[in-house]
Amino acid sequence: MKTAADPSTRQNPQGSAGPAGAQAHDVVLQVSDLAVDIRTHRGTVRAVNSVGFEARAGETLALLGESGCGKSMTAKALAGIMDPVCDLADGRIVLNGTDLAALTPKERLKFAGPELGIVFQDALTALNPVYTVGTQLGEAFRIHRGLNAKQARAEAIDLMKRVGIPEPESRVNSYPHQFSGGMRQRILIAMAVALNPRLLIADEPTTALDVTVQAQIMQLLRKLREEGQMAVILITHDLAVVAEEADSVAVMYAGNVVESGPVAEVFADPRHPYTKGLLESVPVHLERGDQLKSIPGSPPELHDIPSGCVYQSRCPMVQDICRAERPALRPAGRRRTPSGTATAAADPEQTTSAGTNDGGATVRPVRTAACHFSEEITNA
Amino acid sequence: MTSSLTDGAASEGQEERQPAGQPPTRNAPDLRDGQPGLFRLLLKDRFAAVAAFVLLLVGLTALVGPALMGDLATKQNLLFANKAPFTMAHGWEYFLGSDSLGRSMLARLVVASRTTLSVALPAVAVALLIGSLWGVWAGYHRGWRENVSMRVADVIMSFPSLLLAVVVLYVFSPSAANIVLILALTRIPIYLRTARAESAELQSRTFVDAARTFGAKPNAIIFRHVIPVVLPTLLTLATLEFCYVMLAESSLSFLGIGIQPPDVSWGLMVSQGRQYLQTAWWLSIFPGVAIVVTTIAANVLAAWLRIATDPAQRWRLALPRKRLIARIPAKEAQP
Amino acid sequence: MPEPLLSIEGLTKTFHVAKSASGNTRLKALDGISLSVGRGETLGLVGESGCGKSTLARTLMMLETPDEGTVSFEGTNPFGLKGKELLAWRRRVQMVFQDPFASLNARMSAGDIIAEPWTTHRSLYPTSRERDERVQELLQMVGLRASDARKSPQEFSGGQRQRIGIARALALKPDVIILDEPVSALDLSVQAQVLNLLNELQKELGVSYIFISHDLTVVRHVADRVAVMYLGRIIETGETEEVFDHPRHPYTAALMSASPKLDVTGAKRDRIVLQGELPSPLDPPSGCRFRTRCWKAQDICAEVAPEPQVLTAPDGRRHLAECHFPLDTIKGLTGAPAATANAL
Ligand SMILES: Nc1ncnc2c1ncn2[C@@H]1O[C@H](COP(=O)(O)OP(=O)(O)OP(=O)(O)O)[C@@H](O)[C@H]1O
Ligand SMILES: Nc1ncnc2c1ncn2[C@@H]1O[C@H](COP(=O)(O)OP(=O)(O)O)[C@@H](O)[C@H]1O
Ligand code: SF4
Ligand code: SF4
Ligand SMILES: [Mg+2]
Ligand SMILES: [Mg+2]
Repeated sequence: MKTAADPSTRQNPQGSAGPAGAQAHDVVLQVSDLAVDIRTHRGTVRAVNSVGFEARAGETLALLGESGCGKSMTAKALAGIMDPVCDLADGRIVLNGTDLAALTPKERLKFAGPELGIVFQDALTALNPVYTVGTQLGEAFRIHRGLNAKQARAEAIDLMKRVGIPEPESRVNSYPHQFSGGMRQRILIAMAVALNPRLLIADEPTTALDVTVQAQIMQLLRKLREEGQMAVILITHDLAVVAEEADSVAVMYAGNVVESGPVAEVFADPRHPYTKGLLESVPVHLERGDQLKSIPGSPPELHDIPSGCVYQSRCPMVQDICRAERPALRPAGRRRTPSGTATAAADPEQTTSAGTNDGGATVRPVRTAACHFSEEITNA
Repeated sequence: MTSSLTDGAASEGQEERQPAGQPPTRNAPDLRDGQPGLFRLLLKDRFAAVAAFVLLLVGLTALVGPALMGDLATKQNLLFANKAPFTMAHGWEYFLGSDSLGRSMLARLVVASRTTLSVALPAVAVALLIGSLWGVWAGYHRGWRENVSMRVADVIMSFPSLLLAVVVLYVFSPSAANIVLILALTRIPIYLRTARAESAELQSRTFVDAARTFGAKPNAIIFRHVIPVVLPTLLTLATLEFCYVMLAESSLSFLGIGIQPPDVSWGLMVSQGRQYLQTAWWLSIFPGVAIVVTTIAANVLAAWLRIATDPAQRWRLALPRKRLIARIPAKEAQP
Repeated sequence: MPEPLLSIEGLTKTFHVAKSASGNTRLKALDGISLSVGRGETLGLVGESGCGKSTLARTLMMLETPDEGTVSFEGTNPFGLKGKELLAWRRRVQMVFQDPFASLNARMSAGDIIAEPWTTHRSLYPTSRERDERVQELLQMVGLRASDARKSPQEFSGGQRQRIGIARALALKPDVIILDEPVSALDLSVQAQVLNLLNELQKELGVSYIFISHDLTVVRHVADRVAVMYLGRIIETGETEEVFDHPRHPYTAALMSASPKLDVTGAKRDRIVLQGELPSPLDPPSGCRFRTRCWKAQDICAEVAPEPQVLTAPDGRRHLAECHFPLDTIKGLTGAPAATANAL
């Protein structure tokens, strides 16, 4: 287990890790059966339910979903910074071989602090308005590396340079409100990558920003990912951002992962009606003014998520079995054989199968979907 | 608690979802089916119900109490002077003790309730009405109207209100109506400021802009969109002012321009009894308690009304309080 | 282009603000905007946040008073109108607001919200029965149920609230609806529902839209013509396909390039990533206002502000752009000074 006491090995990725090979695809984070409960005035509700995914070094995993589907909640559970009304109900969060969920909060902070960086959704409120950005950037170094104020300041300037803030020497003493939205987001990213974490979680880092600034921030994230061979979890609701930035994707709906796999495969051939519906809601490849294929209705409230398939109220393919039984997230293949039995896992074209999952040595992420009729979806 | 309620909403939600294509509504956790009337909501909230009961009692006392007491409040009986309260030894009328002239405290409190309310209620109401309308108008229009209004408020506030009272009541005769007016005048700035601040914020809201785009007139917008939102705040404020006005009225009495003995009010009783605090505490404590209890009851009721009239908050009242409070320790139980 | 229904010439709006770093207190949010919308047409308005889109919408709705410039709706300038005539104008131009949560009064029921415009325009539906019927009709038109009239806004989702906002704007049967980011606050699946609704309504009722958005994909789908805004000026106008496929102004090109594409074929695009951010509108750059971020900028750009130019391709397709060195994606492009900024 590597800790922050030994950061030098990672500051030089070219030195320690070989050229992009098997090592570049090391699984950094493995999440399984993650569940989060929230206590509300109407009783306890499940905001995140048996969520599982893997993040690999040097790759970006996108968590995609509409507002309220539990993306931020998942991120907060990974980072161990949930609101007091929320509990981690179940699950394993294995970061570099250590199960975070089993640690006490204190151990967890000590271990995960340097290993896991997080960038929050709201750049304005995530920074403390009464401290200079230099102080806030230097804090991590002072806590985890025991540097003094002067050294921390020098590190802060270094960081600001790394994330592309012009004139860092003079701006290190500025307060957050003196920066624009894009610059503030850069500062947050700088804070998150200060200790060269293995894993960076970016929760909607560009939602409040303009496209031109979004492009800059995405470029920066790519650069940092490559420099540090980090695993990046990118949370977003923008399909196009996922298509451009991510290697693999986990699509969430009502607290559940409904489909996951490599982005190119999932988007080209979605195996869940929700993913398909989302893709069809984007107005591209359409004549102007043509009807979009929208998904009727809206996601369920947390307190009345149905017991069967979470998507049943909006699904065009819904059957009786969907109402009776919640489909598990299982390997999804291309199509059913004519005989009608699901042969997804045996499909030779799919490199994925349940068997290769546990070794952690798979080359490509597993392609999964949570739908009873996954194989019957046709994609023109 | 709400289990029946939740189930009802959930199962109804299910039924609604069945016809595909129809967008399902998000059931806000409120009481859509058979919205219980305000009265039933009131009964559910124990604090508010008690407060309403207290106010009702005070009101009834002021209304019929003086008649029941007859001349008991003014009848002097030196045999019973300065009797301590809480004993039936001297008859029920002296249960709350008596003053130095042997008048029954109970009777005096009852009779004073009418005088007190007949001054304080109109004074608060007049100040509330004028101050709020003026403040809402000034805040909505901003600009010079706002500036002038705020300066006027500053002037009234910086003028010692007693001095103002003396001057006004010297010019006009000290009638009951004038006392009410003078008390109202000195308190108008309180409402004016609050109403202006809230209204200035509201007038920049998008739904107010939307109303402007239909061509709605400022006054129509003020009555439709601004007043309903600021009213609960102003009402809460008014209930607190109640206490102030009752006490202020007694200082007018001292100057000889307020209510004069043998008439009596709670405020007057408090200030008269103050000098006997060591020897006969009940003389000022009982009327003081009456003022405080009335004010608190009015305040609790106003706070409740504020929630009950806000559709976004109303559902809170559907939950028994106990349950909300009991939830909090539950999280400590978690490992 | 169809006969213009609403046209704007040289609209300028200055706000007075607290002192900036340079001591400037005058913020020019709109600086000589010229635009026009035809009957039944959709004009898309795109630009970065803070460039003045909402200010333009608010000025058109007469929620702000312009310093200069004229607005003309079927030949009349609404800013000169009073009383009945002003009301009549108000009826014909309506707006849907960006935030579906803030734009509905939470204390009113959906039905009352939709019927609110008629309390001012009483003559439209004089009796309460007519009003009730029309509310039901409108609710159905925007895909809600008649029974929803009694619910209050908090009981609706964001998309449903936006539908109520649209129903309210339709209540006066306007000719032009200004949509300020009508789908930005909505989730993708709901966004598609609202876009479809707007499309159907336009086909059915023949209304014109001014569609403000920062989402280029959406604008491309809905707009007939597009105007690109930068720091209070329209820097390029043209037919949607033209502007998207052959941007002339470097900023337009950068904007198009920065917008992520849902294309998983893997072909990595050559991207123009602009450096820096939108300069403060309090201290706009001299000359061309885009020059601080422009990769084609030359000395003249700092000195002379470019005039609007009609750029004609050999096949006759035309753009209006403001740039000294327009991008030449089609060979043989010719430019001519525009007689009026509304020349297209
Ligand atoms: N009332 C006002 N007082 C002072 N400045 C204002 C006012 N309204 C707008 N501005 C300024 O005018 C400029 C244009 O603002 P506007 O709100 O129109 O931008 P926008 O393009 O709609 O941006 P967004 O997408 O963020 O809403 C901004 O710099 C803004 O700060
Ligand atoms: N502190 C909280 N109390 C109650 N519910 C919450 C809280 N935080 C989040 N939620 C609910 O949890 C769900 C998931 O939230 P979140 O992860 O923030 O969604 P998003 O995907 O938009 O980031 C939402 O339905 C949200 O309303
Ligand atoms: S399980 Fe049934 S309801 Fe759920 S997504 Fe699949 S087909 Fe639709
Ligand atoms: S005028 Fe110059 S600075 Fe402005 S856009 Fe054109 S080339 Fe760039
Ligand atoms: Mg979120
Ligand atoms: Mg805007």
